[in-house]
Amino acid sequence: MKQGKGRFLTRRVAFYVATAWSAITLNFLIPRLMPGDPTSVIVRQLQKQSGESIPPEAVEAIQKLFGDPRAGLLQQYWDYLGSVARLDFGLSISRFPTPVGELLGAGLPWTLLLVGTTTLLAFAIGTGLGIAAGWKPGGRLDGFLSPLSTFLSALPYFWVALIALYVFGLVLGWFPLGGGYDPDLYGRPGFLGSVLEHLVMPAATIVFSAFGGWLLGMRNMMITTVSEDYVLLGKAKGLSSGRVMFRYAARNALLPSVTGFAMAIGGVLGGALLTEIVFSYPGIGYLLYDAVSKRDYPLMQGVFLLTTLTVLLANFVADSVYVMIDPRTREAGR
Amino acid sequence: MILDVKGLNVDYISAAGAVRAVNDVSFQLRRGEILGVAGESGCGKSTLIMGLIRLLRPPAAITGGEVWLHPREGRPVDIARRTDKELRKLRWRSIAVVLQSAMDALNPVARLSAQFADVLREHGYRNVEERTAELLEMVGISPDRARSYPHEMSGGMRQRAMIALALACDPEIVVMDEPTTAVDVVMQRQILAQILELRQKLGFSVVFVTHDLSLLVELADRIAIMYGGRIVELGEAAEIYRSPKHPYTKGLRDSFPPLHAPVTRLSGIPGTPPDLRNLPHGCAFEPRCPSRFDECAQRRPELLDVGDGLAACHLHDRERTAHA
Ligand SMILES: Nc1ncnc2c1ncn2[C@@H]1O[C@H](COP(=O)(O)OP(=O)(O)O)[C@@H](O)[C@H]1O
Ligand code: SF4
Ligand SMILES: [Mg+2]
Repeated sequence: MKQGKGRFLTRRVAFYVATAWSAITLNFLIPRLMPGDPTSVIVRQLQKQSGESIPPEAVEAIQKLFGDPRAGLLQQYWDYLGSVARLDFGLSISRFPTPVGELLGAGLPWTLLLVGTTTLLAFAIGTGLGIAAGWKPGGRLDGFLSPLSTFLSALPYFWVALIALYVFGLVLGWFPLGGGYDPDLYGRPGFLGSVLEHLVMPAATIVFSAFGGWLLGMRNMMITTVSEDYVLLGKAKGLSSGRVMFRYAARNALLPSVTGFAMAIGGVLGGALLTEIVFSYPGIGYLLYDAVSKRDYPLMQGVFLLTTLTVLLANFVADSVYVMIDPRTREAGR
Repeated sequence: MILDVKGLNVDYISAAGAVRAVNDVSFQLRRGEILGVAGESGCGKSTLIMGLIRLLRPPAAITGGEVWLHPREGRPVDIARRTDKELRKLRWRSIAVVLQSAMDALNPVARLSAQFADVLREHGYRNVEERTAELLEMVGISPDRARSYPHEMSGGMRQRAMIALALACDPEIVVMDEPTTAVDVVMQRQILAQILELRQKLGFSVVFVTHDLSLLVELADRIAIMYGGRIVELGEAAEIYRSPKHPYTKGLRDSFPPLHAPVTRLSGIPGTPPDLRNLPHGCAFEPRCPSRFDECAQRRPELLDVGDGLAACHLHDRERTAHA
């Protein structure tokens, strides 16, 4: 049994390491497979855009991304792996000469704060209400919550965010219109308050749009689970209905949601895109938006790589957590 | 007497109307007795015992009758009329249940020990671990298996663990719904022997439901035969097997090999069980009955005393009139 668990874990780790390696390698290969001389095309474009000449260091940064035709591919690959290992993703072009790694490092906490907290909140609220709704399907609570969630899930997020921005930001003026904090307060006592103030609207719109999906998913799993014999046995034992509801029904109904939750966490970086654009939130999503509009290829690449690796990491965590909470999956690893 | 069931009705209620799966069922369970309930699949056995312990799930509901429990201590209670909250204290202490498939009835994500512990604590037991070990040993399971998850045990072991779990709070009645259907014949014999032995030792009563009448002959003290939601015969186990009073009981007996005899030719009952939504006007067994006569299609036979037990069959009308 113990041995089975260990082997199971080793296999999973190997799988994820291999996948991560392929993602990193693809990230290396794709720009290099572009035909012609992409570097000079980009340099010309950038020059036209800014009207200034591009410093030679910036040209070199671009060159590094697409590959130096003079160096051998293997040598380039080796150098590339080395720089990835050092978290060195080259220099940004739009904010030359800031290293891409530094920009990513500055954006990451904001995205983690925003999407991390909202994903957690949406999951907790949706799942909690889903447990209650699915415990008595067709009951009063379910009759109210289920249609509501279906309605909310159908609203396009972009629309919800813009309405919120208009009503609470512009008309009522309750919350700031954009940004992650008040720059005037940076490093001063009111800073934390200003961070929270800026967080409310982007966070609320995400939770508002996302919790319904969790609710419906959990409700449906709960309905299936409630009709299981082991839930009936919990009642037959004379346990309190709260205990039967959580320990017997919800505990089992939650299993599929855990995978979904980890996937959602993995999608945090990508998922933040729309929110961060609407609310000009200084996270990874906004960074990507900025990079795309300014054709900052090294920055784009950095964001892509970071996103891919996050998804992989989250999936790995999901897998491992699942093995911990569902004893039956351990068997499969034997 | 520990349980007194009077005219119990259970309906499956739907928009198209109600289907009566348990119809005017009355019987008494004596202290320490094993009462077998047999009948073909779909005759209402599971619905009956879920009704007895008020564990019916919608769309099923008790629509009539009484289920009087006479507990060791305290006054008799009508289980059919108590609220769920009032029943909680009685559950598992007075009446415990063993379901058909232990694989489905045990919580798949909890260790055996946890599934014993929660019910023991709920009902005020202190020495939970020792009690669990004692219970497992009682059914021949090594106490160190308490740390196992249900999927880590064999089918027979799971089923025995279910029985140990049912005995956790020293119940007065254990209700069993086909507890040996999911295991092989050897394990089946072992489990039946264990139930008899434990009953001897602990003195609980059993309602044992099965589709296999031959199995009850060695286990049960009395047997009730169900057909189309009703009890059609009730009597001493040996008597029922030796000389069934109802043609259906006879058919049922002849369609299973006895547990301890060479397999002879079996004659199944021709035809199919009745459609509960559309029962015959007279005797429900009439379309399949080899002994039917004119009277049978016109009037439904009542469950009446026929000397050695009760039977619902017009064949005994004549004897009764002859006696009178
Ligand atoms: N969920 C249900 N909905 C409607 N009718 C049902 C349902 N479950 C059972 N029944 C009806 O109740 C009858 C008895 O079922 P059941 O008690 O499970 O029989 P048994 O345990 O003897 O096989 C079935 O023949 C069927 O007509
Ligand atoms: S009443 Fe008639 S049909 Fe019904 S079992 Fe008796 S003989 Fe057969
Ligand atoms: Mg059944």
